[in-house]
Amino acid sequence: MAILATEGLAKDYHLGPHTVHALRGVTVSIDPGEFVAVMGPSGSGKSTFMNLLGCLDRPTAGRYWLDGQDVARLSRDELAAVRNSKIGFVFQQFNLLARTSALENVELPLLYGSSTPRERRERARARLQEVGLGEREHHHPSQLSGGQQQRVAIARALVNDPAVILADEPTGNLDTRTSAEIMVLLQRLNREGLTIVLVTHEPDIAPFASRRLLFRDGRLMTDQRGEAQDAAAVLATLPEEELVG
Amino acid sequence: MIFQALRIALRSLRVNKLRTALTMLGIMIGVGAVIAMVSIGSGAQARVAEQIQSLGSNLIIVLSGSSNAAGVRLGQGSQLTITEDDAAAIAREVPVVQVAAPTSRGTAQVVYGNLNWSTQIQGVTADFFEARDWGVDNGRPILSEDVDGATKVALVGQTTAQNLFGETDPIDQIIRIKKVPFTVVGVLGRKGQSSWGQDQDDIILIPLSTAKKKVLGVSQANARSVNAISVKVRSAEDMAEAETQVRALLRQRHRLQPSQDDDFWLRNLSEVLQTQEESTKVMTYLLGAIASVSLLVGGIGIMNIMLVSVTERTREIGLRMAIGAKGRDVLLQFLVEAVTLSLVGGGIGIALGFGLAEGMQRFMSWPAKVPPGAVAMAFGFAAGTGVFFGFYPARKAARLDPIEALRFE
Repeated sequence: MAILATEGLAKDYHLGPHTVHALRGVTVSIDPGEFVAVMGPSGSGKSTFMNLLGCLDRPTAGRYWLDGQDVARLSRDELAAVRNSKIGFVFQQFNLLARTSALENVELPLLYGSSTPRERRERARARLQEVGLGEREHHHPSQLSGGQQQRVAIARALVNDPAVILADEPTGNLDTRTSAEIMVLLQRLNREGLTIVLVTHEPDIAPFASRRLLFRDGRLMTDQRGEAQDAAAVLATLPEEELVG
Repeated sequence: MIFQALRIALRSLRVNKLRTALTMLGIMIGVGAVIAMVSIGSGAQARVAEQIQSLGSNLIIVLSGSSNAAGVRLGQGSQLTITEDDAAAIAREVPVVQVAAPTSRGTAQVVYGNLNWSTQIQGVTADFFEARDWGVDNGRPILSEDVDGATKVALVGQTTAQNLFGETDPIDQIIRIKKVPFTVVGVLGRKGQSSWGQDQDDIILIPLSTAKKKVLGVSQANARSVNAISVKVRSAEDMAEAETQVRALLRQRHRLQPSQDDDFWLRNLSEVLQTQEESTKVMTYLLGAIASVSLLVGGIGIMNIMLVSVTERTREIGLRMAIGAKGRDVLLQFLVEAVTLSLVGGGIGIALGFGLAEGMQRFMSWPAKVPPGAVAMAFGFAAGTGVFFGFYPARKAARLDPIEALRFE
């Protein structure tokens, strides 16, 4: 059974007298364990699609099942609860809280659920170790590199054991090598069974996904599956990290 | 949840120390000013209340009036028109009167050893102490046996004791009043200044009978006449009635025609003081009201900072919402932040207010007194200010659209 399924998903925006059809009926089904790249030029509707998938917005028409639950008509608060338990977000800007330790940043989603402080601490610590930052749990974001910050953000997305990770241009702010490292991490998590939907407009990032959705003018143009490129192999071909002054 | 919100709020306040401190300053000054002002006001009230207490509560003083001999009217007390019998009649016939104590007074030079001191001598009866709410610190009061037997015993006031005896224990010492030897049997409790500034502790009390026979002399006209009668009324509500009845009784006893003026004076001093108390109360309210304005300004400061904070942290709010914060979680976070600001500020403000009140008392000898209710009130005010002025910014934060908020630069 699909973990994400949409049927005729549409979203209109009203800008004064004009109606903008940002998304014009998208039907797609994503199975557990898939690694999907969502692509398209700006204005293609991919961001709107991602906002709807992330339960940050409600569709004008159509249906959306997330992990078996029909979420298209839920209220704001109900959507917040769904985001908290089912979705992990990774952003281009990392969106970590400044002057807050890595561990506390990872704990953050758990604060809005029901768990004891001890549970929170243990789970956050485990996730940080999983992304390879176990020794930096007390570092603040400003003391971490971009790649490390994104790892903290990924740990934060994982901490609630979500049904799906939605990553919006996760490598947009990172250099090539660090991007490859992040993709290695995401591929590893995917192999361990995690469903990932990733938005990107970088042609060298999309091939790391096993399925690519191309959007244009608010419609899903192509939906192709293929062998994913192995990020670890790509990383090996890249020159060793240069110290840029 | 509240605990969680508190932790989040405290963390964000700690991150912006200077801004937090400046915002708190507004509330601190507001609360401090309210406490200090109310303390000053209630200190003044307490001083008046003290004066009422020192005077003796529910006290009416009957003074000898002016004589009117063939159209020549002399001043107050120029003739001793009231008598010990009047006092007895008042006590007996006016039911609301608890006790009526006749007194005679004069001034005399008092000698002890090689020291001498001019002080007020009052001849009193045993009822005097009850009438004036005046206790004896050390020794015994004047008893009815002393009055009956015209014994030569004396009680000294604190100031007189200080001046005549210094460090010596006055009890059982012999003093000479107008060359008559008296044994000191007691020291009076401290009364302090009267409302007109007279030192009430500069006094010597002796039995009324002895005073007349040996010290002050007796009036030619009537051997039983006295200068004044202290009338203690049973309760404050009966004061007006007591005044009317005492006046009627005395007019009747003095056989005054309706056309004639009173030949005595009634002084209801607590009435005067109550008016004073009333006006200091108004002053307290006024000061409190003025100080509240600064609290209001402090509150607006909080609102201002919270609005800035909401704008500045739009992305953070967006993130929190994306990872599952509901509108009310965000509302609570900002509300708790505002209330924490105002409560901590208010707490420091209370300390500040106490300090100011203490300073007023110590350096300006103003009897500032922090009323216990004022602290609770100021704290409540501070919390209320936080909730009131924090609500709008918090609601603004809670209503943000997560998508917009995440995109905010």
